[in-house]
Amino acid sequence: MDGEHSNIVDNANEMRLYFSAISENEAFARTAVAAFITKLNPTVQEITEIKTAVSEAVTNAIVHGYEGRGHDKRVQLYCRITGRELYIEVTDEGIGIPDIKLAMEPTYTSKPEQERGGMGFAFMDAFMDELNVTSVPGGGVTVAMTKTLGDGS
Amino acid sequence: MEIIFTQANKNLIVKPSGEIDHHSSVELRREIDRNLTRSKAKNLIFDFSAVEFMDSSGIGIMIGRYRELTQRGGKVYAININGSIKRIFGISGLSRIIPCYGSLDEALASAGGE
Repeated sequence: MDGEHSNIVDNANEMRLYFSAISENEAFARTAVAAFITKLNPTVQEITEIKTAVSEAVTNAIVHGYEGRGHDKRVQLYCRITGRELYIEVTDEGIGIPDIKLAMEPTYTSKPEQERGGMGFAFMDAFMDELNVTSVPGGGVTVAMTKTLGDGS
Repeated sequence: MEIIFTQANKNLIVKPSGEIDHHSSVELRREIDRNLTRSKAKNLIFDFSAVEFMDSSGIGIMIGRYRELTQRGGKVYAININGSIKRIFGISGLSRIIPCYGSLDEALASAGGE
């Protein structure tokens, strides 16, 4: 992860947000990312895809990482634009994922009673170019996603 | 979230407005289940014309209601799904189990007026 003073190349832009791990911040997080990328002139479809991926990653942190008890916990959202490439990182310091491969299988869910369908990672994968999930059991999860936007036409 | 319910014979039509995510899905699920019980409707029709955003939480609600209603011999339909919602219907496989129609009339015709 980048430090407090990352070396950022010319033509790049970055932002970092910390917010309470509560469900009402899901909308805030995806709206913040949509606002951050406005200068790239994204298409409506690109905005929707990115908002969906962010929503899934942040919801996972809140529901699974902190198991819905994250009022005093934080989710970190980091975004960097380099040229037309958008890099997004969503990090929690929750319980972690014991088996990432299993968790990323479509329709797998560790909480079937919550009826979220287990489609979160499938949507992130479908809507972003690259998806990388790392976890330390007991030490949280980092979801890193990359997407190169078109020329806006 | 504004949620409008209307009933046509044995069909309950639910029209949510705005964004369906994990946060808003709690209220949406509770209201749908409450209205299903109260109306004794057999089928459920989701009207997406006023939905501006939906993530996998919405898919979860639909699969949950689909399981419940099909067990009782009912059906679940979707109407007015736009481009982005159509895509997540496709990716999630929802479009294979939930018939989608362009209008309420078509869905009601398919439900057979029951």
